[in-house]
Amino acid sequence: MRNVVPLVIAFVAGVTMMLALFVPVLQPLQERASVWFIILAAIAFLIGGTNLLLHHARKIAQQEAGWGFSAVTLVSFFITVFVGLAKWGVPPSDAYPNHPWSGNYITEGAPLWWLYQYIIDPVTSTMFALLSFYVASAAYRAFRAKNTEAMILLGTAFIVLLGRCSAGTFLTSWVPESLEALTFPGATAVIMAVFTTAGQRAIMIGISLGVAAISLRIILGLDRSYLGADE
Amino acid sequence: MLDFLNRLDRRWIFLLMALAVAVPVLCKPIFPEQPSPLTRKLFDTIEELPEGSVVYMAFDYDPPSQAELGPMAKSFVRHCCLKKHKMIFANLWPAGPPLVDENIRNVVNGEFASENFVYGEDYVNLGYRPGNQVAITQIATDLRKIYPTDATGKNLGVLPLTRSFKNIFDADLVLNVSAGYPGCKEWVQYAGTKGDLKIGAGVTGVQAPQLFPYYPDQLVGILAAIKGAAEYEAAIAQKYPQYADPQKNEAIKRMGPQLFAHLLMLALIVLGNVVHVANRRRGGVR
Amino acid sequence: MTRELMISWFLLIAGGIGLVVLSATSEKGVGTIYVKPVPAANQVQTWTETQRTDSAAVFSPYRTAGVWLAAFLTLAVFSYLYKDNVFYKLAESMIVGVSAGYYLVANFWDSIVALLMTELTPQLVRNWALPSLSETKTVDPWFLVPLVLSLFLFCRFVPRLSWLARWPLAFVVGTFAGLRLVSILDADFISQIRSTIVPLIVLTNGSFNVWASIRNLGLLLSVVTCLAYFFFSVPHQGLFGKVSRVGVWVLMITFGASFAFTVMGRITLLTRRFEFLFIDWLRLIDP
Repeated sequence: MRNVVPLVIAFVAGVTMMLALFVPVLQPLQERASVWFIILAAIAFLIGGTNLLLHHARKIAQQEAGWGFSAVTLVSFFITVFVGLAKWGVPPSDAYPNHPWSGNYITEGAPLWWLYQYIIDPVTSTMFALLSFYVASAAYRAFRAKNTEAMILLGTAFIVLLGRCSAGTFLTSWVPESLEALTFPGATAVIMAVFTTAGQRAIMIGISLGVAAISLRIILGLDRSYLGADE
Repeated sequence: MLDFLNRLDRRWIFLLMALAVAVPVLCKPIFPEQPSPLTRKLFDTIEELPEGSVVYMAFDYDPPSQAELGPMAKSFVRHCCLKKHKMIFANLWPAGPPLVDENIRNVVNGEFASENFVYGEDYVNLGYRPGNQVAITQIATDLRKIYPTDATGKNLGVLPLTRSFKNIFDADLVLNVSAGYPGCKEWVQYAGTKGDLKIGAGVTGVQAPQLFPYYPDQLVGILAAIKGAAEYEAAIAQKYPQYADPQKNEAIKRMGPQLFAHLLMLALIVLGNVVHVANRRRGGVR
Repeated sequence: MTRELMISWFLLIAGGIGLVVLSATSEKGVGTIYVKPVPAANQVQTWTETQRTDSAAVFSPYRTAGVWLAAFLTLAVFSYLYKDNVFYKLAESMIVGVSAGYYLVANFWDSIVALLMTELTPQLVRNWALPSLSETKTVDPWFLVPLVLSLFLFCRFVPRLSWLARWPLAFVVGTFAGLRLVSILDADFISQIRSTIVPLIVLTNGSFNVWASIRNLGLLLSVVTCLAYFFFSVPHQGLFGKVSRVGVWVLMITFGASFAFTVMGRITLLTRRFEFLFIDWLRLIDP
């Protein structure tokens, strides 16, 4: 039962979703399964929250190195969950002023909005922005034109970097309009429309065949890796 | 000199990058932008829709990609307001709803306050739903199953705009602002394959090359990275002179720092290769 | 005192002095946020951000504190570029907690309440959070299935019952596999092949269009050569080897363009952070 039931569930769910695209009578079943899936996707976030809680609580309890930061994480987590679930500071919806819980949980000015605006936005944005520095460092240290392939890669990057800013337009502004493809922006457009499209298309065709094969293996119960390492 | 360049601390490169971006941000140089054919195609698609067409605004992005995608989203909303199209906002990223609210607040109810767009009639905000491509499939079949109410808790059945809106195919156009997964690729794969659906996309630089194979058969146009956003702003400014002032166009302003940072990147690549060649000539193993 | 500590102290003190001087001399109000009331249908007063020059503007200590916190956290994250440090770790710890909490809250209201509870306890939800929920909505017992599957998911925390967590997982994986099997083949296989079948002799208004023809030929040959490279059932030797080598070059062009686009994106993110620091916080320039 421990192993067979999950395989049956995966088979029934997969076949239903697939067949519903061909047999309209099965559409209601597909819709129902979709809604259930969306509910389970939301529950996954709760599982993630629970995992985070257990992991950091253990670090604090055992006073592992950096447990103070775990405490900061947990305090931040609890404050956010509390103000969000309690809809603290959220005014009721305009249409239903007598229902205090009817407002949108992320209304402007509410504490949850404040946490989003002044912590989530700046920190996540800055963390991603850090990558620009590391890309610059990598450009200096790692991008070496060692062989033909590397030279093609670098040459393309060179053209596209120039073609996607006004320097490219300025440098090749003397090129007549009939030879637009020889300007940096024109060459960039050709690279994107011909070579990038072709390269990505070939990758997509390959991936799609791989995805189809894996999906089929999962539905037929041949691929059981999702059940755990012992399977 | 060569030894200095070989041992160069990466923090000096970080400092150069910071200066290449920070100084132009302070000096605000503005460079002219011209819409490319790809941008023009998307602009024309929205422009040529009859007034009052329904546009589904799938804003699938979050704060880290706001720098690139925020101006695109704003331009899409601005253009739809100029054309008086009806907008249905929704997103599949949990951190997306405040960004949709921001566009509604600043553009629909801010810039276009005098137009008095009415919630429920001219625009609706459906809010966030998890489920990625499964949610997209459902939006393409029966939207009401996963959106019984909008983001403000109002029943979709009583709002004039959504009363008869069964699924995405009731929209005249889908405008997707996409930061990754789930995003434009999934809209093409799971909604575009179900029928005749016009999808226009504004995407991040990272994602853009992966989406070019979908153009022009599966996507009506792509705005790629901040350059795409700047081109779209330029297209709007050409048609609607009230937006010709570059100060009203975030993306055009951001193309200034972009230029200097690109030049720095190119200089670093060249310098790195010069050092590499010099090391080889010297017989080093680096 | 180490050299790095000295630099850190110097930066902190210099920055602090700079901020004090700027705050004392700036006419724009360093890091201050002003709000104005929003006309509301109900009695609860709400506010929205506005310019300091707005006649209805009121100073908001709540949002001003937020801007200063955001500036501190931005600088804390940037400080990692010099070296890992306590400020960066603090920002990192906070973002993990706040993000996890935020995602949990968003999914609770937008999915668990909006999709699950509305089906199982419509009356309760109508009286509590979604008063506009249709009066005719009745309990749908079928939604006990996702409820039970959700509970099973939590069984992974109980070692003796952890096997039950495989059931919802199987449902998720199976649903996903069934859905993507057909859709991906349609969008990324059939449609892509169809889009590659293009006319090699393009006629525009009855005359031969050289550029468009070369373009289409280039596209077709590039796709074929790339596919040849990915085809490993035949040894990459002789003519096939040469064709697949051209495919590698096309892929290199693809990756070069992807690299350039990625660089472009990352730089834009940095621009926005500097805009925040210089415009929203320090008010050094006008927006």
